[in-house]
Amino acid sequence: MNESFDIRSMESHIEVHKFHAGSVIFVTVLTLGVQAFVPIYFPKFSVLDLPLLITIYFGLSRRNPSTGLLLGMMIGLLQDSLSGPTVPLGLYGIAKTIIGYLASSIGARLDTEHPAARFALTVLFFGVHQGIIILTRRILLAQPEVWFTMRLGIAALINAFVAVFLFTLLDRLRKS
Amino acid sequence: MVAIPSRHRSIFLLAGVVVLQVLLLAVQIKSESQGRLIRAWTVGAISPFERAGVSGVGSIRGIWNHYFALRNTSFENERLKQENDRQKLQITQLQGKATEAERLADLLNFRQSHHEVPMLAARVIGTGADAASQTIYLDRGDKDGIKKNMGVITPDGVVGKVVESYSNTALVLLLTDKESGVGAMLASTRIQSPVGGLGEPRLSMKYVSNDDTVNVGESVVTSGMDRIFPRDLPVGVVSEVKSGNPFKLIRVRPSANLERLEEVIVLLTLQPLELKKAADPGTPPKPAGAATTETKKP
Repeated sequence: MNESFDIRSMESHIEVHKFHAGSVIFVTVLTLGVQAFVPIYFPKFSVLDLPLLITIYFGLSRRNPSTGLLLGMMIGLLQDSLSGPTVPLGLYGIAKTIIGYLASSIGARLDTEHPAARFALTVLFFGVHQGIIILTRRILLAQPEVWFTMRLGIAALINAFVAVFLFTLLDRLRKS
Repeated sequence: MVAIPSRHRSIFLLAGVVVLQVLLLAVQIKSESQGRLIRAWTVGAISPFERAGVSGVGSIRGIWNHYFALRNTSFENERLKQENDRQKLQITQLQGKATEAERLADLLNFRQSHHEVPMLAARVIGTGADAASQTIYLDRGDKDGIKKNMGVITPDGVVGKVVESYSNTALVLLLTDKESGVGAMLASTRIQSPVGGLGEPRLSMKYVSNDDTVNVGESVVTSGMDRIFPRDLPVGVVSEVKSGNPFKLIRVRPSANLERLEEVIVLLTLQPLELKKAADPGTPPKPAGAATTETKKP
């Protein structure tokens, strides 16, 4: 039995979760609405990147890289559209496309149902997402950005903490 | 024709989608079009939810206040006569609305005392969808006469400027955004220098020479040089001064509470607003008593 065979047989035990198309669209629109609306009353809420969290969630659950990256692209472009002229269309689109792809690819190889795995993966994806945005800003937009701040580190942990509960809530939308 | 193995299809798709978006970025940088059509569609789709949200929060506040009013009334009933109870209930209900009424009264007073300047009150219905850009959405747009580059203020001070106007919504770039800036000067010494955002709660006053004297607590007001805001509108208060190279490092705390905006005033003119009466040097600034060449009423 060679190693690659082992990996494939492990993959075959990982369940692929399906969602109603309507629920994915509803969650996406709701998330963008909440992201834009709640900080009016709770400014600290903007530390959360809910569109990123749902990109990660649907990527990890669907486990189909093509679907994951296309959904990530849609969510990212919608976020760009709502972010004002200082954020050109494509900035978050590129970052979330890659996150959607990575989340789906990892979801197809690992069991990501455990809260600890979800916490760790969200921290990782938050960092990668931020890295892609800063890289895009630096290279394509010639905007000097700091690679890491303490605020970003704290934001990654807060997002991961919220993701654990949000993902449990979103698990209820899965088709049985 | 070479067939792409199915396991590599997603990688090719990823590469294609990323390249397309990089091109989209490049097109925007070149043409500065910023994808207005796509933005207008998205804002049009999301803003009804935001309006409903603002309206819903208002209702919940009303119910909350009313509930406590009734609870208070039940306690009062034990000690007071029926007629007095009814009057107290009315007073309590009015007190529940006092906070919002105060804000609205401030806006109204400001408008009435500066009737020469065409302005329009608007409600904040949303913020930008990313934490990096400091933007807000208003519930007024093209149909109400709002245009790009119009100034946005509160009675407390400058808020920012309109950067996009859609049919029923307008997008405002807050003063705290990295891309934002306003022509400003120190109220006492009249030293002029632009004030810009840093992407954090405080602002930065640039290009003040190390030889100039700037004190913490000094008021910063608009200079009118940006031709968007009239002179002598409050911008903020100097909160930190350090020597720098070649200019001083000055941090300014905004006068308007930019983190908790619910209602704002849009200056409905694109004409340069001229000073009618300059403020006395050294006195704390008053909101602008500026005249305008445009006579349109809000």
